Amino acid sequence: MTALDTEVRTADAPLTIAGRALRSRLMVGTGKYRSNEEMVAAIEASGAEVVTVAVRRVDLDRSVEEGVLHHLDPERYLLLPNTAGCYTAEDALRYARLGRASGLSDWVKLEVIGDEETLLPDTEATIRAAKELAEEGFKVLAYTNDDLIAALRLEDAGCAAVMPLASPIGSGLGLVDPFHIRTIKARLSVPVIVDAGLGTASDAAVVMEQGVDGILANTALAAADDPVRMSRAIGMATEAGRLAYLAGRMPKREFAVPSSPTTGMLDEG
Amino acid sequence: MAEIEVTVNGDLRRIPAGLTVRGLLSHLELHPGMIVVEHNRRILRKEVYDDVDVQPGDELELVQFVGGG
Repeated sequence: MTALDTEVRTADAPLTIAGRALRSRLMVGTGKYRSNEEMVAAIEASGAEVVTVAVRRVDLDRSVEEGVLHHLDPERYLLLPNTAGCYTAEDALRYARLGRASGLSDWVKLEVIGDEETLLPDTEATIRAAKELAEEGFKVLAYTNDDLIAALRLEDAGCAAVMPLASPIGSGLGLVDPFHIRTIKARLSVPVIVDAGLGTASDAAVVMEQGVDGILANTALAAADDPVRMSRAIGMATEAGRLAYLAGRMPKREFAVPSSPTTGMLDEG
Repeated sequence: MAEIEVTVNGDLRRIPAGLTVRGLLSHLELHPGMIVVEHNRRILRKEVYDDVDVQPGDELELVQFVGGG
């Protein structure tokens, strides 16, 4: 078997959302990096094509942050403006429309938060906003709970992808409920991207082994001691988990089964 | 030179009278390509920046993309 054969036998179809084939199943955020230089290096190392950004007021005194567009090439990355920080459907619509008015992307990562302490989503408001945005022609990727009914309603609302959480935003707890994530994946036709809560590379692999279509991670990369190494690790783990899912794992047994032959031993009668 | 008072990103500011939206962005030394403008709660397309005048009492929001997840 040649190296080319191996390539062919391990090939995977690209993740495709709203008709666009993406070069990676990992999407990454741009928040919380210690510097813009580190952010750019980490995103490059992750292999991600879809990159989320937030919409905020320009600092007219220029004392704090300059825009992310000074550092990221919109030709190389597909920008995914989010509605982070919005607590009502109306605010989310306003932020989504501002993001699209940049002229750089008609995709939106819709999130409507329902509770300040847990940052868990307000699914009712999210569904309402998703319907409106989809009607306006947005490609809506909606952040939601790991709840099947909310996910189905978001698909019905016209979302291009549905993004259930692994665990609360920024928690690093990893996938707390594989069963509900698998249930959502089994029932939806649009891509399922698990968003929020990953902490390290093994979390990404476990999520992808559930059979979902992709992952979105931010804090796991940005808050690592070395974001560039962690970004590469999570990129590799996303691929590894996907491949393991496609390969189909062996059944679990609570007893040992030898992996070497039990016959042909020396001194056999 | 005559000045007017407008609200930009939540703060009252005195700016020269007679500016268009594009003129206001230049006055604030902002690159129009990196900014989205909301003028009295209406989002402006970039093509109309030269056609829209900033009037006394207007409320403007100037936003950009920043790091986020």
